[in-house]
Amino acid sequence: MTNRAQVVRGAIGVAGVVAVAELVSRAGLADRTTLPPASTVLLRAAEFFGDTEFLTAVGSTLEAWVLGLLLATVVAVAVGVALSTTPWLNRATRVLVEFMRPIPSVALIPLAIVSFSSITESKVSLVFYSACWPILINTLYALRDVDPLAKETLRSFGFGKAAVLLRVSLPSAAPFVATGVRISAAVGLVVVVSFELVAGNGEGIGGYLSQTQSGGGRPDLMLAGAIWAGVLGALINVGLVALERRAFRWHTVRTEASA
Amino acid sequence: MVVRVLEVEDLTHAYGDAPPVLSSIDLEVKPGELVSIVGPSGCGKSTLLRCIAGLQAPTEGRVRLDGKPVERVPDNLAVVFQDYSRSLFPWMSVRDNVALPLRRRGMNRAQRHENALKALESVGLPDAAAKYPWQLSGGMQQRVSIARALAYGPEFLIMDEPFGSVDAQTREDLEDLLLRVRGNSGMTILLVTHDIDESVYVGDRVVVLSKGPARVRADLSVGLPTVRDQITTRELPEFVHLRAEVGRLVRGREAADEPKS
Repeated sequence: MTNRAQVVRGAIGVAGVVAVAELVSRAGLADRTTLPPASTVLLRAAEFFGDTEFLTAVGSTLEAWVLGLLLATVVAVAVGVALSTTPWLNRATRVLVEFMRPIPSVALIPLAIVSFSSITESKVSLVFYSACWPILINTLYALRDVDPLAKETLRSFGFGKAAVLLRVSLPSAAPFVATGVRISAAVGLVVVVSFELVAGNGEGIGGYLSQTQSGGGRPDLMLAGAIWAGVLGALINVGLVALERRAFRWHTVRTEASA
Repeated sequence: MVVRVLEVEDLTHAYGDAPPVLSSIDLEVKPGELVSIVGPSGCGKSTLLRCIAGLQAPTEGRVRLDGKPVERVPDNLAVVFQDYSRSLFPWMSVRDNVALPLRRRGMNRAQRHENALKALESVGLPDAAAKYPWQLSGGMQQRVSIARALAYGPEFLIMDEPFGSVDAQTREDLEDLLLRVRGNSGMTILLVTHDIDESVYVGDRVVVLSKGPARVRADLSVGLPTVRDQITTRELPEFVHLRAEVGRLVRGREAADEPKS
């Protein structure tokens, strides 16, 4: 299927869902105040472009997300390299990693609240924690699976361990690390919005969403905010996929050829 | 006194507690010689090369290059591996692949690039520099590996079944490229192959290994003229005779000598 046909089909699908939601609401199948017509929700979402209060909230969410993700990438890659080059360290930490990794990050929201004085600090720490694992795991596996012949080739020209790590192991692991970053980006967005919903004190997209429910409640604004969160997540993913394809063309071409 | 560039003495190697794959191998290579090592597949040829190249320490025995014991990979040695698609780095252009080892020669960027381009020209790939290895055919990729080894300027070249993964026509082209390169550079070359014809066609000497564990079964000198040609050399009586002899040695003398019914 061509790219264009894919886009057209996707658009038809979205339009279909919007039309059904509109009909359900207008026909009175659902309470109009609980489920406002899709057209109203989309209009509110569009109006957010001119709403400084909402845009500030989005900025606050993105700020914590970007900071946490960047920190996690640097730390997780460094730890991954340290663990894979030091076998005893790897063995010593394996149990710890396997125990810490499955803890749902949202379960740590109370801990983050009591551990940090500012909301931003708590958010960044939580994103950092949850984003570390996919990147660390991908780094570890990618470094373990570097082609031994590629490493041996460099050794055969008299290069030492550090050069092999820098010039062979890291470049060949990079596409898998990038995949880890992309997974972490999605996880991080969920975590930061969840934190804001629970303890955001009105900060960020999550904070905005929880405020729309106070008083009489504004389902139209709440749904419009949720659409923004969804679109942000989708855009981030599309952007990172595009970056990966560009930076790691050698990898994409090879894996597609062998698939 | 005979000058020897490479001396292998009583080399034995076993992986862990497994029975040895190499047993008391003795081998001498003189400067400028091209020695083919041939043997049945899985006989330990690659292990022998890895020990000689200093990529692996043998369980017993000594390897000396220019009189010095080989403990790590010597500076004047390069290796060409069979699997070019894994040995070339896909994230680097052809030029950068060839230029990378030159960092060990203390060259600056411009010098590395210049030498890489020269080496690519010498293997007949003057236009491939900006491409990536995976954009080239298998034969061209192996030319790039050879160019990378040549650019490094080694005195001693080790080739591990270098033409084992290309088609027959490309294989002949690469064999002739090797002979030409060797004529120009005067390098000492050790080439491992499982192709009997190839071992005779390119070699000054053919060393035949036996299987399980590998021992030197025979060391034959090749009395063919220096200038060789894929058609005429292969019809010389010396070629035909040698390839039959090597074939018998590789397959096991007893089996080959039995009269066919």
